[in-house]
Amino acid sequence: MKISAFHLMPHRELPADFEQKYESVWVTPPWWELADAGRVGQYYNWTLDELIYAARAGFDGVCTNEHHQNAYGFMPSPNLMGSVLARATAGTNVAVVQMGATLPTSNPPLRVAEEYAMLDCISGGRLVAGLPLGSPMDVNLCYGITPLEHRERYREAFALTLKAWQAREIFAWNGRYFQLANVNLWPRPVQQPHPPVWVPGSGSISTFDFAVEHDVCYCFLSYSGARSAKTMMDGYWKVVADKGRDPNPYRAGFLQLVAVAESDARAEEKFARHVEYFYHKCLHVPSVWFAPPGNQDYRSLVATLNNPVRRAVDPKTLRYRDFVDRGYVIAGSPATVRDRLKEDVVKGLRVGNLMVLLQIGSMPHELALENIDLFAREVLPDLRGCWDDEGWVNHWWPESLRARPGAPRAAVPAGAGRP
Amino acid sequence: MTRETTHTVWQGQVRIPVVSQGTGPALVYFHGPWGLTWSPFLDELARDFTVYAPRHPGTSPDAPEDVYHLDGLWDLVLCYDELLTALGLSEVVLVGHSFGGMVACELAAAYPARVRRQALLAPLGFWRDTDPVVNWMLLDPQALRARMFRDPDGEAARAMFGAPPPGESEGGVAPFGRPGESEGGVTPFGRPGESEGGAAAVAARVAQTWAMGVTGKFIWPIPDKGLRRRVHRVTAPTLLLWGKDDRVVPPVYADEFTRRIPGARLQVVDGAGHAPHLEQPQAVARTVRDFLAARA
Repeated sequence: MKISAFHLMPHRELPADFEQKYESVWVTPPWWELADAGRVGQYYNWTLDELIYAARAGFDGVCTNEHHQNAYGFMPSPNLMGSVLARATAGTNVAVVQMGATLPTSNPPLRVAEEYAMLDCISGGRLVAGLPLGSPMDVNLCYGITPLEHRERYREAFALTLKAWQAREIFAWNGRYFQLANVNLWPRPVQQPHPPVWVPGSGSISTFDFAVEHDVCYCFLSYSGARSAKTMMDGYWKVVADKGRDPNPYRAGFLQLVAVAESDARAEEKFARHVEYFYHKCLHVPSVWFAPPGNQDYRSLVATLNNPVRRAVDPKTLRYRDFVDRGYVIAGSPATVRDRLKEDVVKGLRVGNLMVLLQIGSMPHELALENIDLFAREVLPDLRGCWDDEGWVNHWWPESLRARPGAPRAAVPAGAGRP
Repeated sequence: MTRETTHTVWQGQVRIPVVSQGTGPALVYFHGPWGLTWSPFLDELARDFTVYAPRHPGTSPDAPEDVYHLDGLWDLVLCYDELLTALGLSEVVLVGHSFGGMVACELAAAYPARVRRQALLAPLGFWRDTDPVVNWMLLDPQALRARMFRDPDGEAARAMFGAPPPGESEGGVAPFGRPGESEGGVTPFGRPGESEGGAAAVAARVAQTWAMGVTGKFIWPIPDKGLRRRVHRVTAPTLLLWGKDDRVVPPVYADEFTRRIPGARLQVVDGAGHAPHLEQPQAVARTVRDFLAARA
């Protein structure tokens, strides 16, 4: 299987009373009170160094993502980060997994097609093209896209992007949201017919259908662990079966928070406050903002209101041990982490493309590097062989990298990240 | 007794159910963002008028997706012109609430010859940076209820939102959510798992949420879609009614209308928030009837 290091680029030093004092970590947190550009520059560089370090340590891919107006994770342009990573991992077998640039907010969305093609050229065909719908906070609240038009706009942009990468002739696009009289993309991606496409989602039946119909890798970006995701992913696999696709585990991606230490007890000592910071502060968002009316299509709205999931838990009432017990975070010794990842995530959800978040909330740079290092040395090698016995092909990974495990350590230029 | 008939416009693609009652001159009532509920206010108007209350495209449960055939506000206005023709009405008086008030005023600007008089209840349509219209689509149910109504526990609030929930406060509590999770785990209203009151209550929540989403199409993210460039075309004598305690669209917005529509008159309604016709149905209906019945 393929294992990638994911990063949010969070604010690492929010005040202790942040969630009492402010309405939300997203959309409305006041920059002038909470942040400093010089310090934020340090965060960006730490983030890049941590991902480059992960690439060097043996991960198969490095992931960035797009969010706006928040302290939870603020890479408004993931492709700026991705281009640094593409260059810094030149000559390796590490994939640049953009999770990614948000189509509905890119106008015209050709910009995403172009930048991804650039990244694929710069990286020599190592791009994984994540094409997310974008969160309602980013797309509807920050970028002003009408909730009812969010999905339609996405579907049109998705179709345009795929066509722009592949068309042999110049074409006109006379769409509902985008009109372009001469589409002639420069550059085109190295990977043919186009880079592998991943579509992140969160359990909407509409997105299941979309992902399966378009034969892309569906990625569940979850902060509540495998157990909470089980029903959802079972639903996804049912759609895969119903639509006659094979149960190739590489059709599924999953994001898991992971914290590894010498022992379970040491993991708690080292990581407890960072995990709590993440769940208490970084996810501090009014719940209605996750679903402004119209954002869910009618079918999903009816399904949601008729089959409400069991009463959700307010994460602010939970502590480190609760997060671990509930599987939101997989934390502990390398053996603990290995077992839980294999059983709960990889086998439990049938996941072939695993993403792990190893820099969590306030976790400082040095500690993030320790977490990455221990995971790469003690956990990752054991996971890599999962699914090999079933003989599936990972069609959703750059072809030239499919057979090859991540970076040979020496291949990453010295000075990138800290050893 | 109300009757409901569905009219199809827009090349057969958009079905608009119209609830009607009464006899007399034609009055068209455009509902607000929360869907159409026949109310005592409309009963009162139906004493002097034939009230036609169309459901905005997409807001009826049997045709939720018809709205996708419309690109924007201009299409919606054209649809209503087609609807008036389908109803056989060449000339009407208009009443509209909130979003429906904006629709009425757009129609009066686009087709001045069709609109004899109009009464607008806390209409949308303008924007002031100093007094922003509150985005009700981003409020949790209690906050919405409290903002909408002068008396959040009163009869009008109950008619729209059901009985007030038990003591537990949700304000400021962020139930567990994950980015991108608009799609399944989190319900727009209240917390997942909280639906009470059975199938009818769920259906009502679906209808109300979807009505907000559908009408939101025409006003997101700022409910100023250029009425200020068109409103000079309005020739219909105009009455504005505003709840004194409107905390969704502050009463200062009345100035935007009275400044731009010559002779427009403002009536401030005591004891009412953003739905004056629901909180003070008798008084508001009397004022509206008197105004609409007057000779121009």
